[in-house]
Amino acid sequence: MATLKVPVTSDDHIQGDEHAPIVLVEYGDYECPDCGRAYLIVKRVQKHFGKRLGFVFRNFPLSEIHPNAASAAEAAEFAGANGRFWEMHDGIFENQNALGLPLLLTLAEALGLSTTDLDSALTSHEYAPRVKSDFMGGARSGVNGTPTFFINGHRHAGTFEFDDLVAGIEARREQT
Amino acid sequence: MPQLLEPGTPAPDFTLHVTPDQKLSPSELRGRPVILAFYPADWSPVCGDQLALYNEVLPEFQKHKAELLGISVDGVWCHEAFAKDRHLHFPLLADFEPKGAVAKAYGAYRDGDGFCERALFVIDKTGKIFWSYCSPVSINPGADGILEALENLSKS
Repeated sequence: MATLKVPVTSDDHIQGDEHAPIVLVEYGDYECPDCGRAYLIVKRVQKHFGKRLGFVFRNFPLSEIHPNAASAAEAAEFAGANGRFWEMHDGIFENQNALGLPLLLTLAEALGLSTTDLDSALTSHEYAPRVKSDFMGGARSGVNGTPTFFINGHRHAGTFEFDDLVAGIEARREQT
Repeated sequence: MPQLLEPGTPAPDFTLHVTPDQKLSPSELRGRPVILAFYPADWSPVCGDQLALYNEVLPEFQKHKAELLGISVDGVWCHEAFAKDRHLHFPLLADFEPKGAVAKAYGAYRDGDGFCERALFVIDKTGKIFWSYCSPVSINPGADGILEALENLSKS
């Protein structure tokens, strides 16, 4: 079974503790409809496990089929560099139907981030190397589509439905 | 399940249409690694994901100077429409006439179904099979196996 080749570190965007008993890593694409659905399910899974779970999001944009995925990922990384990653991440998924540059600028503005800086970061692709590095780490780890989840470093083989994710996490905890 | 050609075997050469008026043989690519990705059909959802993934990983394959070729039994016009729709940046070969002949030569044809296995081959620069893998038909094999094979190939 595929395992995570790039360990979770403090460089990751994490909600909760990187040393929590359960660390759930998602490789996702902001324009992927399934990731949009998984976003809400992950929130429920986080609530279910509380502090026992740390959640990491890494970028896996399929840019050729999702033309807005890479800019969304770069905008989230821009927000991350300014300490507002999760607000941007949530804002994008909650408004996935309206994805595009205007949405990214609106979200940035609502978070008190400079829209001029965001615009120039997107134009210069300042955060593209980070997105690319996430992507390649995912590809090496056997990510074959989005969303793909890893539970404590092991790829989750089931679906991303709530019951399946919870069962996958419970099964992994029993083994460790 | 047919037996895939194993590593160490010379890769059978062939000539297939890559566009309505162009043909391609892997032997034309000698001197660099070739990735052959057999897949069941254009347009089917899992294939879409698999090829969309390879499309994104392409620059990494190219770092190893490797050439990626997709192969299915679909015809050239079908491939053309599919590649255009998905913005694929690598060639799709039509194993169309006689149907599946190349897939059969590689042990990657599903007789009862009439289409290719989801089978991957990495061929070295001398034309020998270096690595092969057959995925269950409904499972996208990802790119990790190919990347690892290319890395091992660079080391050997």
